Amino acid sequence: MTQAFRIENVGLINRDKKLSFKFNGKTYFGYEGDTLASALLANGVHLVGRSFKYHRPRGFFGAGVDEPYAVVQLYRNGETEPNIKATEQELFEGLEAKSVNCWPSVNFDIGAINNFLKIFLPAGFYYKTFMWPKSFWYQIYEPFIRKAAGLGVASTKHDKERYEHKYEYSDLLIAGSGPSGLASAYAAAKNGAKVILAEDKPRFGGTLLTSDVNIGNQSGKDWAEGIIAELKTMPNVVVKNRSQIFGYYDHNMLVMSEKVSDHLPSTKKYHPNKRLWYIRAKEVLISSGSIERPIVFGNNDTPGVMLSSAAKEYLKVYGVLVGRRPLVFTNNDSGYETAIEFKKHGVDPVVLDSRKNPESEIIDEAKNLGINIKNSYVVVAAQGYKKVKSADIASISEDKKQLGKMENILCDCICVSGFWTPTIHLASQSGNKIKFKEEIDAFVPGQSKQNEITLGAANGVFSLEETLKNSFKAGSELSKKITENDIEIAIPNVVEKKSSQHDKFWCVPLPKGKNYKRFLDFQNDVAVSDIEIALREGYRSIEHVKRYTTLGMATDQGKTSNLNGLQLVSEIENKVVPAVGHTTFRPPYTPVSIGAIVGREVGKHSKPTRKSPMHSWHEKNNAVFVDAGVWLRPRYYKRGNENLFEGSKREAKNVRTNVGVCDVTTLGKIDIKGPDAAELLNRVYTNAWLKLPIGKARYGVMLREDGIVMDDGTTTRISENHYHMTTTTAQAANVLSHLEYYLQLVWPELNVNVVSTTEQWAGAAIAGPKSRDLLQKLFPNSDVSNEGLPFMGYIEGDLFGVKARIFRISFSGELAYEVNVESDYGNFMWEKIMEVGEEFNIQPYGTEALSTLRIEMGHVAGSELDGRTIPYDNALEGLVSKKKDFIGKRSLQRSAFTVEDRQRIVGVVPLDKQTSIPEGSHLVKDDKAPLPNPKLGHISASCWSVEYDNPFSLAILKDGKNMIGQKLFAMSPLKNKVIPVEIVSSHYVDPKGERVRS
Amino acid sequence: MLYINCPHCGMRSQNEFSYGGDASVKRPELNKELSDQEWDNFVYNRKSLRGKHLEFWQHISGCRQWIKVERDTATHEIFKTFKADEEVA
Repeated sequence: MTQAFRIENVGLINRDKKLSFKFNGKTYFGYEGDTLASALLANGVHLVGRSFKYHRPRGFFGAGVDEPYAVVQLYRNGETEPNIKATEQELFEGLEAKSVNCWPSVNFDIGAINNFLKIFLPAGFYYKTFMWPKSFWYQIYEPFIRKAAGLGVASTKHDKERYEHKYEYSDLLIAGSGPSGLASAYAAAKNGAKVILAEDKPRFGGTLLTSDVNIGNQSGKDWAEGIIAELKTMPNVVVKNRSQIFGYYDHNMLVMSEKVSDHLPSTKKYHPNKRLWYIRAKEVLISSGSIERPIVFGNNDTPGVMLSSAAKEYLKVYGVLVGRRPLVFTNNDSGYETAIEFKKHGVDPVVLDSRKNPESEIIDEAKNLGINIKNSYVVVAAQGYKKVKSADIASISEDKKQLGKMENILCDCICVSGFWTPTIHLASQSGNKIKFKEEIDAFVPGQSKQNEITLGAANGVFSLEETLKNSFKAGSELSKKITENDIEIAIPNVVEKKSSQHDKFWCVPLPKGKNYKRFLDFQNDVAVSDIEIALREGYRSIEHVKRYTTLGMATDQGKTSNLNGLQLVSEIENKVVPAVGHTTFRPPYTPVSIGAIVGREVGKHSKPTRKSPMHSWHEKNNAVFVDAGVWLRPRYYKRGNENLFEGSKREAKNVRTNVGVCDVTTLGKIDIKGPDAAELLNRVYTNAWLKLPIGKARYGVMLREDGIVMDDGTTTRISENHYHMTTTTAQAANVLSHLEYYLQLVWPELNVNVVSTTEQWAGAAIAGPKSRDLLQKLFPNSDVSNEGLPFMGYIEGDLFGVKARIFRISFSGELAYEVNVESDYGNFMWEKIMEVGEEFNIQPYGTEALSTLRIEMGHVAGSELDGRTIPYDNALEGLVSKKKDFIGKRSLQRSAFTVEDRQRIVGVVPLDKQTSIPEGSHLVKDDKAPLPNPKLGHISASCWSVEYDNPFSLAILKDGKNMIGQKLFAMSPLKNKVIPVEIVSSHYVDPKGERVRS
Repeated sequence: MLYINCPHCGMRSQNEFSYGGDASVKRPELNKELSDQEWDNFVYNRKSLRGKHLEFWQHISGCRQWIKVERDTATHEIFKTFKADEEVA
């Protein structure tokens, strides 16, 4: 294919590098430096998609971030991404894109039938129609709407790309590299301030790339290039292209998305696809420019109708003619600039100006070039279906109400200019109270809330000379405050053509008897008639009108439609625009990839994975791992073809008959020191701690102030003022914070220090009837007899030269010990235990066996201490002191906590002694009762009792105390199970606790 | 994201801190006789003010100190921060 609409020697593209790409399966060529949009236009392709509601043909409307139509599905390097604006996507070799919103193809779209039914699809159609009958929603309406709607398809594959986050601090952050951004950045940089200058496009310079101006005897473009080149050499300046600042948050933090690799066929090795910058700036300069406003007329969505500034950009930046018979429709001088560019490149435009008799330097130039200008003329409607073929034009009366006789003129594009809308999104997001500026009929920033200032066109200043003057000054002054330098900069002289006043006219009236669709929001298909309906139906608040009609709610967020919508409402309501108000500007300014927001926090990186010092041993010995909080723990050690059930049963059984060893390094450990340590424990735990002897451990339960159990664990008195606290794996961090809260804020008079030592100690639990024999062999010089180291005793020992702490505590309910050594010796300890334990038939056991052992003993864990239970519920009321006060004690007197039939832990056994009860099952009295069946309790934990060889569960059951012996049903609708069960004691095995003391 | 001046460490981003509730609430002394209402007020009842609010934050990924922050709940403006034992003027 030839690039028939490319003109020679014009533009900033690299003609030495030709690129091939595919659009809707067809191969085309473009150049390096093109966007997908400019390359398609160079090939004469104007039809890119279908509209959202009516599936009308759509082309290109803009040339950048404001584009409402040209949203495509992109294919790159084996991946696909939806919702890509063709006007922003840079061309690369091998790029593939497809149209969205059309089926089966963009040329023949079945959904376009909506276009002919449009009388049935006015504003609020979905709200009104798809309400009733209710049963139709899931079966008919929703599937239909889902199939018909959408702006592309998200990939279901894992995203191979990498995204990064970066935190940065700057003195000045400047958003936008047009004249105001460049001038302020330059002045601030010269004063030595740390400056970040961000530009969303690949090229710096903004409007200077396309305007016919001179700065300091150079063209605007050359001046911009010179400034950027100098800024890039300065160590205190960061300039970033392809970087969109999309959000302005509290305390002057802005977020910027940098497209690092989107312009390349594939991401370079070690490079991210996108980088999200969190920038904390002392001062923010917003130089985001302005976006041209369309004028609304009939069929103004036909491909070939586009913003006049976009037509100029395609010509000057990309060397592309958007048409050979252009019609320019304008209410201000900007349209003439586009017309002049056409004329200079050998194309004869016709200009329709809604104004009666405008005069300015620009218009004079157009006249001198012999451009055909029709004053007091408007486009009434575009004609053509998939492409503009002609336009119905007419003269218009001074009050803009009456149209003259309609004429049809041939044209292949209509370039429309309705003056300029400042891009005030960032200022508004920062909390700036924006205000309406009558002279330009648009909102501009007003009173700042944060350290932010808006300059240039974004502030409604369209004169280049004034913009440069203000911007150099702002850059100097703001940086001077920070660096105290004051380098004087000579402001270059500016040659620009003066403009005349724009016309306050944005919507062409309908001619008699004609019913053209006049679109305001092109992406969501919101027409003038929809706004009229909304107002007729009583919607008044602009926020309501927006939501009812979906004006400005598409992915372009109404960049080209919001102000025209407000203008229309104000006219119909006979109010001034500021009285109508405006809708809220929320981040993000442009769509941001979810990948960029998530960054590196995907999969295993969402939290750091923690491994015990014995992890490599577990790996070598066939451990199957499970996530336990942030830790990876062995679930069981697989032998042969064993499954989880078989393996864990074997391991648990071996603990009950011989001896087993379990890695308990993950338990939270807190070192507590100080003369008031015992007093702290006494206030934190529910039981008494003041008389714990040195060398003894005690089990304790701590509550929140609301009486709910927060955590449990053992604490050991190592020496006079030194304690070692253990917490559950999950609550370790919370318990430390909890202790710090009370020590720092509530009882600062207590002389205690706490510090986490979880990582400092490796722990091994040795459990089973043969554990003492094993311990004796591990510590031949220590007295580990029942007298020398009784239950809940503590000694220090020597493990083959390594200092060890030995606690006689038990979670399994067996005779058991816990040995701690410094983490670096963890693996050594573990190997010694396995080696010496061989003669006692030792086996390592994982978390599944650990659970089995504790469940059948009725020991509570996280599934019972679930943030809803008090000590009584867990049969721990014996640990609640009546004599002393402690955190949460007063709450235990609340009436709900003291009722007779309060929930309490029980054991549950299926009547058939066969069927395992799913965790989470509800306990009910009558399995046939009508829904909702009253719930008496729930199964908190289930296991296969190795002691009795049948299923056993723990449950929290209403009036559990009096329910022992009752027969109930465990129901799990999720697993479709109804299991008859008997309620038994939660202490299923060794109810008197003799084993731990043996 | 807020920018909080930790009185021990300096200006740090909000993601280094964890929020700890209303700092004007004082825990009743231990062993004090309290009515249900008094206890409920301490445990549950908060004013949820719009405007200036004194609150606890812990610099959890920094010095681990609990601090007091005077913040406007509507505008997020932070007026002043205090060490745990510092008197709030």
